[in-house]
Amino acid sequence: MASGKDLSVVICGGAGYGVQTVEDILAKVLKRSGYHVFATREYMSRVRGGNNSTEIRISSTPVDGMVDEIDLLVVLSPGVRENIRNRITKNTVIAADRSSVGEEFEKTDGALFDVALGEMAKEAGGAVYANVIAAGLVLGITDASTDQAEEYFRSRFGKKGDKVVDENRSACGKGLELGRDMAEKFPDLAPPEKDDTSSRRVMNGVQAVSLGAIAGGCDFVTAYPMSPATGVLAFAAQNASEFGLAVEQVEDEISAINMAVGASYAGASPMVTTSGGGFSLMYEGFSLAGVAETPLVAHLAQRPGPATGMATRTEQGDLNLAVHAGHGEFPRLVLAPGTIEEAYSLTARAFEIAHRYQVQSIVMTDQYLLNTFRDVDPDDLTAAKPDKCLVTSGPGYRRYEDVPNGVSPRSVPGLGKEIVGCDSHEHDEEGHVFEDFDLRVRMSDKRFRKGELLKEDFVPADIRGPENWTRLVLCWGSTGPIVSEALKDLELSDTALMRIRQIWPVAEDVVAAVERADELIFVEGNHDGQLENLIRSVTGRSAQGHLRNYCGLQFSVEQVRMGLSEILG
Amino acid sequence: MTDPRIFDLPEADMAWCPGCGDFKILEALKKALADMDMAPEDVVVVSGIGQAAKTPHFMKCNFLNGLHGRALSHATGVKAANPKLTVVAIGGDGDMYGEGGNHFLHTVRRNPDIANFVYNNMVYGLTKGQASPTSPRGMVTPVQTRGVSSEPVNPLALAIVQGATFVARAFSGDVDHTAETMKAAIKHRGYALVDVFQPCVSFNKINTFKWFKDHTYRLGDEHDSSNRSAALALAMETERFPLGILYREEGRPTFEDSLGIYEKDDTPLHRRSPDVDKVRETIDSMA
Ligand SMILES: Cc1ncc(C[n+]2csc(CCOP(=O)(O)OP(=O)(O)O)c2C)c(N)n1
Ligand code: SF4
Repeated sequence: MASGKDLSVVICGGAGYGVQTVEDILAKVLKRSGYHVFATREYMSRVRGGNNSTEIRISSTPVDGMVDEIDLLVVLSPGVRENIRNRITKNTVIAADRSSVGEEFEKTDGALFDVALGEMAKEAGGAVYANVIAAGLVLGITDASTDQAEEYFRSRFGKKGDKVVDENRSACGKGLELGRDMAEKFPDLAPPEKDDTSSRRVMNGVQAVSLGAIAGGCDFVTAYPMSPATGVLAFAAQNASEFGLAVEQVEDEISAINMAVGASYAGASPMVTTSGGGFSLMYEGFSLAGVAETPLVAHLAQRPGPATGMATRTEQGDLNLAVHAGHGEFPRLVLAPGTIEEAYSLTARAFEIAHRYQVQSIVMTDQYLLNTFRDVDPDDLTAAKPDKCLVTSGPGYRRYEDVPNGVSPRSVPGLGKEIVGCDSHEHDEEGHVFEDFDLRVRMSDKRFRKGELLKEDFVPADIRGPENWTRLVLCWGSTGPIVSEALKDLELSDTALMRIRQIWPVAEDVVAAVERADELIFVEGNHDGQLENLIRSVTGRSAQGHLRNYCGLQFSVEQVRMGLSEILG
Repeated sequence: MTDPRIFDLPEADMAWCPGCGDFKILEALKKALADMDMAPEDVVVVSGIGQAAKTPHFMKCNFLNGLHGRALSHATGVKAANPKLTVVAIGGDGDMYGEGGNHFLHTVRRNPDIANFVYNNMVYGLTKGQASPTSPRGMVTPVQTRGVSSEPVNPLALAIVQGATFVARAFSGDVDHTAETMKAAIKHRGYALVDVFQPCVSFNKINTFKWFKDHTYRLGDEHDSSNRSAALALAMETERFPLGILYREEGRPTFEDSLGIYEKDDTPLHRRSPDVDKVRETIDSMA
């Protein structure tokens, strides 16, 4: 049971039952009422039916990770799946309409609180209101402000007329009463304390990546829909005129990246957004961008593979794909944000570096991170002022000038009076294909000098722990905050956590920390230990232990806590 | 009128076979651009891979020589980033209709303002004589040893059916007519296909210069190029192939128009500075 600082609520329902609306109401109203909120969604690859869930942690201090423990389970439709049922304990309170779920929870440990959701929804104006009642119920357990709930419905449904606002309000009100009742019956279900969250903003991973890209200067987005990357394409399309973005849903990922390369050559700052399958198709174009030295950013939103894998699930299985993307050899930057703040800041950073060194950046997220939201401090969303680092071409201009640091002055057609060339072949300084073995070596060396700059101008890893740590737990991307919470619980005086944010090239700080450690433990969301292998290949150091998860769901805090204590004996 | 020689690249190492039709197409292209008083820095020639696709290495202009089959995607990106550039996408029949077939189909639908010149020699040149999507049935090659068994692609009919706004054919043997057709294509606002017949002297022993001469004819003034079904009927003719502008439709919005970002402001993307304050405002307006 939550300590009074943190209440974990899971809402379950089939696709079409409005779980997402509940999420939205709760996030906004709770945050505006002074709670810190964290939510993460898991869903099936179905448009209707099935059974999806969202976990919401309501807390008095910021939280950033998924837990197994369920204090309150709200059931909107029957057929709650094993992955949720397994998490029901004797401390779990289940709110469900017995007339609809039948015997489903008879044999579980949790205490059932029978709520006539269906009946009440009809009274409120129709079956569609069951989810709003459920939202009200959760609000009723907490000390959420009813004014904020009113305000929410007015701003969300105001355009649809008073009737819709009133029906929603009344449905929510019924839920609120129920929630108050429940709180009395289950005194242990204590609401967390409030905080001052007024300056904080609720943001999800999709918004963070998209806004971070725009803050980084992105002005061109091409993609072919693929879960879980589609949200970023949709965000870009929906906000295209607001931000002056050129956005196109193209015929395939091949076209997406090749259009982006063309646009970059002509002076745009493009991003492609895709998942593993789509990124595989982009390899050739990615390689073109490498030899052509056209800056671009690829947002690679991971889901389990191989091939179509599990369309709506999560995994960290594409690290190798990103690090090795493309044929031939060329430097690239691979960043892996672990938090919402980093999804924003590192995506912006990916653009900054892509332009500064005329390289390609890959930002690796996953289904879990993109579908997670949380309240964040806007001051933590940082981005440098965008700069395409262009020069006006003057007499004698040569696009691929072999300069000492490898970063040739970049101009684009129409900026200056000179010709700008761009080639997929090995080329001379002007970009013309010219088969000369010395030139080949010279040009390849020029490109790789930029790779050295990526090692120097790096995103530092986030290392936290006691001063004199001897053991290092390493992770990357979205598992970071979960491992962090688990380690905090374990209170180990000799163990630090390193979240690697710049995956490639591996920077000095990572190498130094690995070399200093007596013991290395890796936690990652894949079968093969892709980060572990990468670190071994760079540093020669093997791990003393690892925890891996590749079932399609994100690690929970408890899972990591238990896993680590087993490894550490 | 400008001298076409401003597009010459004297140090170019010409990689085409002596007698290849590609030389004539290059001549026509330079002539067309010069006739339109264009300067090398106004033009971007975008190409994929193949003998034809080497064109931008043999002339002076901005160029993006990209990947096999992807020139139309590259070109669409160039044009969308800077609509002020004159963008010409060049490649062979294998490049545009084979490897790039899907992009061809969808670029036609998208209607970007680019001119697409396809050097159609009905064979793969650079990889030494395999069948291309336009090779005639029965043509024997080192790979199609029992003769080509597939129906040839009909690029003009395909383009017309998919809603192309400019569809034409030319023959490299007639430089002036090719240049005139190219000019019309470049002037056309929207996607413009010019399929240019070109004899490959090294690998296509069937569709020779003489064969093209015997199997083509010039469209007369009586053809109304705004008549789509008449254009389609002409495109379906395969005994003797009509040369000239089969179809032309003005006024359809281009891809760049439909992006919306150039509606009020035609500044190319590279000259714009992103309004980062708006990102802050958006964040502030969130819950
Ligand atoms: C992805 C890829 N596949 C294959 C090739 C090899 N390739 C180069 S040119 C070419 C065919 C070119 O034929 P066509 O487009 O008709 O041009 P031509 O050489 O006849 O002018 C092929 C298959 C390549 N470069 N890239
Ligand atoms: S192979 Fe054919 S198309 Fe290519 S240059 Fe030689 S003759 Fe021309």
